[in-house]
Amino acid sequence: MDSLNSYLIISAVLFTLGLYGVMTRRNGIAILMGIELILNSANLNFIAFNRFGGMEKLDGHIFSIFVMVLAAAEAVVALAIIINLFKNLDTVNIDNADTLKG
Amino acid sequence: MISNLQSINYYIPELILVGSILLAILFDLIPPLKKWNYYIALIGIVATGLFLSMSFGSDKSLFMGMIAIDSFSHYFKWLFLISTFAVLLVSHYTKELDGTHRAEYNTLLLIVLFGLFLMSSATNLIMVYLSIETVSIASYILAGMLKGNRASNEASLKYVIFGAFSSGLMLYGLSWLYGISGTTSFEGVRQALVSNGNPLTIYMSILMMLAGIGYKLSMVPFHFWTPDVYEGAPTPITAFLSVAPKAAGFAILIRFFGSVFSNSDLTPILGLEWPVLIAILSAATMTLGNFVAVYQNNVKRMLAYSSIAHAGYMLMAITVLSNTAIISVVFYLTIYLFMNLGAFFIAIFVENKLKAKTIEEWKGLGFRSPLVAGAMVLLLMSLTGLPPTAGFIGKVYVFSALIENDQFYWLLVVAILNSVVSLFYYFRIVKSMYLVGTDETAKVTPHPVILGCILVLSFPVILLGIYWSPLITFIQSIL
Repeated sequence: MDSLNSYLIISAVLFTLGLYGVMTRRNGIAILMGIELILNSANLNFIAFNRFGGMEKLDGHIFSIFVMVLAAAEAVVALAIIINLFKNLDTVNIDNADTLKG
Repeated sequence: MISNLQSINYYIPELILVGSILLAILFDLIPPLKKWNYYIALIGIVATGLFLSMSFGSDKSLFMGMIAIDSFSHYFKWLFLISTFAVLLVSHYTKELDGTHRAEYNTLLLIVLFGLFLMSSATNLIMVYLSIETVSIASYILAGMLKGNRASNEASLKYVIFGAFSSGLMLYGLSWLYGISGTTSFEGVRQALVSNGNPLTIYMSILMMLAGIGYKLSMVPFHFWTPDVYEGAPTPITAFLSVAPKAAGFAILIRFFGSVFSNSDLTPILGLEWPVLIAILSAATMTLGNFVAVYQNNVKRMLAYSSIAHAGYMLMAITVLSNTAIISVVFYLTIYLFMNLGAFFIAIFVENKLKAKTIEEWKGLGFRSPLVAGAMVLLLMSLTGLPPTAGFIGKVYVFSALIENDQFYWLLVVAILNSVVSLFYYFRIVKSMYLVGTDETAKVTPHPVILGCILVLSFPVILLGIYWSPLITFIQSIL
């Protein structure tokens, strides 16, 4: 097995784990962790393609740096919202956030 | 290719906007200047508009092919400027936002506006992701602006979880597009896909891309957040989210599918069948939006489902993606901006003055505020697509784009049946305003600024319904 394929398989596994986490977890923080796994699986793809795909430029590396910065920004906002949820409801379980429905 | 340093000469409107964002943050930090923050935001938008109009007609690829300054993005930027300006004006006079950090609110709106500018001009995969995230992250905060309010808090929670999830899916799709092509520019990706693309991987990337963009358009099956966020968020933000990011989503969808997954004559690459996929999603989007809207009692929630349905109508034109289809969708978006913003502004007024959230509570508005109720009837007629309003003309152009290309007649039938359904729930509001009796007879009038915004937004709806040819000729001449 060449090295690109093994990286892509790891990234696909990470992606699936993230997807599974988002779908099954009810804890707001755990859902965020699942989303981080999805973003990192994409990052791993970018780096692996750039390193082993025979590409001349560094587009993939640069893309992954941008993704890391944005993931941090997104985590800050999402955690602030979840802290606010905890203040309002005394829980981070998203099933308890059920004011809006219909 | 224009280098980064030279690009700055053509990037002045955006730089003015960034400058006013920084100034707005600075003014927020200095207590005596804090009240000027709002005026800085307004002046920033006006100045951006002035410099934007000076750059009209240029067609350039800036920052090493990262973004394109062309008439397509130019037109969309005007839509964003108008909607942000109107929302900023109205937000200042709504009671709903009392007790929140208004200065942060104004600044965040400007940041979203900058992100929207980038979305409409992105021509690189990196820029697509960056611009969508810029808009999203600031919108999450805006949706949760009412901190102690459970509904607003819940809206922002649902928004951030769905948003981060679907942009994660899109990013994974982008990583595969990059892997296949080895480049991040739209043109390079298209060439690589045509020369050595495998249909299966391209379909996978298309699906993943549709997750990210479809979430911005509230396209089925990525629409779940829409009703909750629209109901819970402050109403001016709901008005903004239902118009500007949706328009930007269409801009990015047209540019991405038109230049990556289509040949230069706008036919799908490698004969792929993605138009069928979009046709099915479009039919599902409009049907779900219209049928669920029938059962809603909350006005904001009903308008949320109606905005899902309108996204479905506009997606119809993306299925053919011919030149006439692009013109029709841009025309429809322009009309949609006026009618949807107008309807939401009336909802803001009713919520402020009558504390009314449900359709029943709108009763007697026809007698208590005849001018506003009349404008609402006009806007609802336009949202339904009845002549002689602009909504009718918009629908005619979208439908004719499909007929001209001799494709998807079944989609046309679905859309026409849907319009009939929409008549039912829009006119429940009219019925409540005029036909339900009420003991309250005291006249109510909105704040002059809100009334002005409502009238200014309603006027084009009737004008473009009667005399639309100048606008359509203008759009044809620039696209």
